Amino acid sequence: MRKTISMASFFVVIAALLLSSCGDPTNKQDTIKVGLIVEQTGDMPAVGASSRNAAQLAVSEINSAGGIAISGKPYPIELIIEDNASKADQSVAAANKLISQDTVVAIVGPNASLGAIPAAEIAEYNKTLLITPWSTNPKTTLDTTSGKPKSFVFRACYTDPFEGRVLARFVIEKLGAKKAAVLYDVASEAPKSQADQFRQTFTELGGQTVAFETYTTGDRDFSAQLTKIKSAGPDIIFLPAYYNDVGLIAQQARRAGINQPLVGSDAWSSPELIKLSGGAVEGDYFANHYATDIATPTAKKFIDAYAKKYGNTPDDVAALTYDAMGLLFEALKKSPTLERKTVRDAMSAISDYSGVTGDIKFPPGSGDPVKSAVIMQVKGDKFVWVMNAAP
Amino acid sequence: MSEAVVYWLQQTLNALQLGSIYALIALGYTMVYGILTMINFAHGDVFMIGAFFCFLLSSTLGLTFAPTLLLAMLGTALLGVVIERLAYKPLRQAPRVSAIITALGVGLFLENFTLALSPYPKHIPTLLENVTWNLHGISLSSIQVVIISLSLGLMLLLDYIVHRTPIGMAMRAISWDKTYVPLMGIPVDLIITVTFAIGAGLAGAAGTMYALAYPVIDPYMGITVGWKAFICAVVGGIGNIRGAMVGAFILGGVEIMVVAFFPSTYRDFVAFTLLMLLIIIRPYGILGKPRIQKV
Repeated sequence: MRKTISMASFFVVIAALLLSSCGDPTNKQDTIKVGLIVEQTGDMPAVGASSRNAAQLAVSEINSAGGIAISGKPYPIELIIEDNASKADQSVAAANKLISQDTVVAIVGPNASLGAIPAAEIAEYNKTLLITPWSTNPKTTLDTTSGKPKSFVFRACYTDPFEGRVLARFVIEKLGAKKAAVLYDVASEAPKSQADQFRQTFTELGGQTVAFETYTTGDRDFSAQLTKIKSAGPDIIFLPAYYNDVGLIAQQARRAGINQPLVGSDAWSSPELIKLSGGAVEGDYFANHYATDIATPTAKKFIDAYAKKYGNTPDDVAALTYDAMGLLFEALKKSPTLERKTVRDAMSAISDYSGVTGDIKFPPGSGDPVKSAVIMQVKGDKFVWVMNAAP
Repeated sequence: MSEAVVYWLQQTLNALQLGSIYALIALGYTMVYGILTMINFAHGDVFMIGAFFCFLLSSTLGLTFAPTLLLAMLGTALLGVVIERLAYKPLRQAPRVSAIITALGVGLFLENFTLALSPYPKHIPTLLENVTWNLHGISLSSIQVVIISLSLGLMLLLDYIVHRTPIGMAMRAISWDKTYVPLMGIPVDLIITVTFAIGAGLAGAAGTMYALAYPVIDPYMGITVGWKAFICAVVGGIGNIRGAMVGAFILGGVEIMVVAFFPSTYRDFVAFTLLMLLIIIRPYGILGKPRIQKV
């Protein structure tokens, strides 16, 4: 039995090696294939839709400008879109398919860390560049065994620890909070690390975390946790949850008589939040990657083009996907060949890219960019810029 | 009242609300099991469809609460009957495993059908004017009152139907014996259809009330809740209607009280360990009776 298993795994490894070697794209093809893994179905279809729209916009813009020239010959970009159903296993399957079957040069996505972390493992193993637009979990760009940065994985956004620190400082310094309650999804990567980092920084700055409560993905009833939080009497409630959970929690909190401000993470920033929360998050704050109301000329151009094509304002996932695509195009332009390794080297050499979400640069040997966050407030059906939080 | 008592009463109220919803769904599992000894795994998804009916009726057609509830119940009852006729009836004589697999398939079909129509979570408009009363520090919302009282009302009605009417007598007779009961002139197929209609109708009511209390719905919402309701039915003694209600209030109570007095991360671990112990002590459930198999 054991022998058959080891034989089987031997053949799998051989097959993987063969596929990865013959799958490396060269100048034979007449397009540059780029893979996109997005959450089209599952828990966060709004995230997937924004990401897909922005990627398609970026591709149509570069193609109508004549594509990208590799050593003198112009190639159009061919975008291959895969749905990961917001799941880890399907992200792995999508990454494998794009790398070995579709022989893409690089992958953009997945957005949520739940899918981005396993997909990044696959990309790193197959030595294929992967840029995640929205995954803020530190593990995405780190090698899980050695703890060193992965060399083929990059992101267009900041990280969770950074966001947790920024928000803890914000609630103490700007909202004057002394006691905070935290409620987060213990089964989801990003909220967990944001909650931990928030509590640590909040305590360091002299605040007191009076309640640190959890729930599990798929929960709908938060009455027990909210009753507990209410009796702990916090000044603010930190809620690093996805927008569909926020809608439920905020409405139940208000119904239970909790009127303290809620403070959330970048996972709040979807126009869906306003619809799903029925007015329960009015006046509340969250951290985000960019703000449409303080847009730079680069951002304005993108916002207008996106609004013209899709009829709504792009959210942060859209902006970050557009930047991730932009970074990839920048790398391709500088890359002498279409080999995956060369494209990756060109990517890590990007020192100053002026994107929709601000200036992005990669410190040597790291896939995590240096950039800043913005604090937003919900007002009516809009997200309004409050302040910039520099790193 | 002291703060601790207020806190305790508030959490009890939360437990009653959660338990009521579990009970309405658990009844559907237990009724179908009682009559066909089959586990209808599609039931959690019928509950989800009930919530989507509520969304369509209230948001698209703009109906008020009472007609929404009644039409959603009618809609799911009809769905239950259709599922039984198309998917389960042809398999009545097949091995029990086939019926269970079919039920899982029907559940997946309902989820993915809804997903194909609308992958986005939906927000349910405010159907009932939400008033929150403050009684000595305990906040009681109108939605809680409606859910708890309506569920208890429906459960009493069902208990009456099963124990006091001819159709209920026929149901109990079929669950007892399927060979000789038809010889007494009882239309077995009709009674099974009625059972499915009632079970699915209750799930529709649960879906509507759930959507009111937790106003963001999506196609996967029936999975976890369905599993938990099934566990309630088993803990109470599957096939026993009063047992399902008891089991539901036990699970609702344990889930809320674990969070109330321990770190909330322990919830599922403590809740399900307790339920497992309960099953070890009473393998047929709290109100279930062992069936003697005669060779």
